[in-house]
Amino acid sequence: MSEPLLEVEGLVMHFPVKRGLLVDREVGRVRAVDDVSLTIGRGETLGLVGESGCGKSTLCRTVLQLLKPTSGSVRFEGREIAGLSRRQMRPLRREMQMIFQEPYASLNPRKRVGQIVGDPLRLQGAGSGAELRRRVGELLERVGLSPEHYERYPHEFSGGQQQRIGIARALAPSPKLIVADEPVSKLDVSIRAQIVNLLDDLQDEMGLTYLFVAHDIGVVRHVSDRIAVMHEGRIVEQGPADRVCEHPADPYTESLLAAVPVPDPRQARARRAGGRRPGS
Amino acid sequence: MSEKLLAVRDLSVSFATEGGLLSAVDRVCLDLAAGEVLAIVGESGAGKSVTAQTIIGLTRSPNARIEGSVRLHGAELLDASEADLQKVRGKQIAMVFQDPMTSLNPVYRVGDQIVEAIRAHREGMGNAEARGLAVEMLSAVGIPEPQRRVDDYPHQFSGGMRQRVMIAMALESSVLIADEPTTALDVTIQAQILDLLGRLNRERGLATILIAHDLGVVARIADRVLVMYAGRVVEEGTLDEIFYDPQHPYTWGLLGSLTRLDRPRPHRLPQIPGTPPSLLSLPRGCAFRPRCPHAFGRCTEPPGLEARLPDVPGHRDRCWLSPEQKRELRQVEGRIGLEEPAA
Repeated sequence: MSEPLLEVEGLVMHFPVKRGLLVDREVGRVRAVDDVSLTIGRGETLGLVGESGCGKSTLCRTVLQLLKPTSGSVRFEGREIAGLSRRQMRPLRREMQMIFQEPYASLNPRKRVGQIVGDPLRLQGAGSGAELRRRVGELLERVGLSPEHYERYPHEFSGGQQQRIGIARALAPSPKLIVADEPVSKLDVSIRAQIVNLLDDLQDEMGLTYLFVAHDIGVVRHVSDRIAVMHEGRIVEQGPADRVCEHPADPYTESLLAAVPVPDPRQARARRAGGRRPGS
Repeated sequence: MSEKLLAVRDLSVSFATEGGLLSAVDRVCLDLAAGEVLAIVGESGAGKSVTAQTIIGLTRSPNARIEGSVRLHGAELLDASEADLQKVRGKQIAMVFQDPMTSLNPVYRVGDQIVEAIRAHREGMGNAEARGLAVEMLSAVGIPEPQRRVDDYPHQFSGGMRQRVMIAMALESSVLIADEPTTALDVTIQAQILDLLGRLNRERGLATILIAHDLGVVARIADRVLVMYAGRVVEEGTLDEIFYDPQHPYTWGLLGSLTRLDRPRPHRLPQIPGTPPSLLSLPRGCAFRPRCPHAFGRCTEPPGLEARLPDVPGHRDRCWLSPEQKRELRQVEGRIGLEEPAA
């Protein structure tokens, strides 16, 4: 693995469950993230896979310090960021950006595309007027849209194009780390391939590092160098993508693999008869 | 083929919009036999859902123009009155929607919603009897402790469980239309729901139309497949014909863009270039022409849906390429796919 960009160690995020009228008593805890350790190398893609409710999204938010972790350490480029104040985090925000699952819900419907993509640039004090417009145009072209889309509103685009706008916005501050939380699960299979390839190309061109989160281990295997499998708040297995998919060490990983539909009727029939995983 | 339950002939649906007449479905024909699972596959906007919704009369509106014929058990549905349709829906034909979070009423108990559906079609059935039936139905779709869960509210059910409830409500019918029933669910839950649909089909003979954009889902339970593009059927055949001898370049693209765990991963995921055309102004000739790397002069003439392979009358497609050309062109890096156009 290359030099680490992000190191997570013993990260814990517990949510207290409180009950009571006047005095809140803590009656239990939801262990959303429970002692998680991960390392992502520069220019690498780490795939994080697990079912709904396993704590994937909470882990993302905690890593980005959008939630204050209960305990544990998050180092970005060697610097501890767990527990930093909002003010201290601000200069680091441009280094780590996020792409969301719902393309449309993650874009402000009342803003034009130019403003959505341009705002992160403006916040950095990066130019204004014609210069800003030129840079937004470049970003739009880079994600496969056109500079003419500058004046349009999000609803005028298809789901795949909206996700491209979200990617352009994430790229605007020239980040090092992109956390993509289920970026393709709401897209059609054919459009999914376009977005996966786009993320791949951007990584090659710009040396980006990805934390790619999804529930479909098929997609995760395609995009990832390494895979971490999360179950009930814990990482149950991690390793090189092909190794995890071909020789899963944990039974939970095996059940995720078995659930992925095989686009091959003969194999599907054989599997129904025998209940075996493909390729095994 | 065994007895036809549902026969759709030349179904066309268009909507008057501010931008002009939008042709959502164009002369679609389909047959569903008893005990069969028919899959309709295509991208968003291909007309899959509009076809399904029109079959059960959900697209009727002053702005919609609907032509053709939909016969269920021999009775025409397109010109049936709303009252007659009410009697058919839920009793002979039922629909399960994509989003299990919004298909159930959040303020009524799950059991009461099933009882309401049962009693709507069974005059004279008492509440207690209907409730017993509801418990049986929940049990049939694999809800544990149905006696207790029947009194729960929808929010106490997970997404997969709610989809099971929707399927339970369809058990009285002989035809089920499942419109992307697993798209909103996790892969693990998706597998369970597909297995449930497959089991109900085998054990109860529930004829099913399964709408999906993912061919992997279809491979698990379908008998026959219709591939739709821009409101038209571009290819139809048995499951094996579509997967092992696909004739239309669009089908190649759909097959090629899947991530497959059973194969080494390709360096690049083959994609279908571009986006589907606007239904307000379809391209001349073949609607897939602007995205097709294999388009040639003749593609500006509209190709008919025809059987082009000798001895396989049920496998039909809309593409001018010869079967020999297709066999050669669809092989991309040792697998079926759509060639990437030169940059």
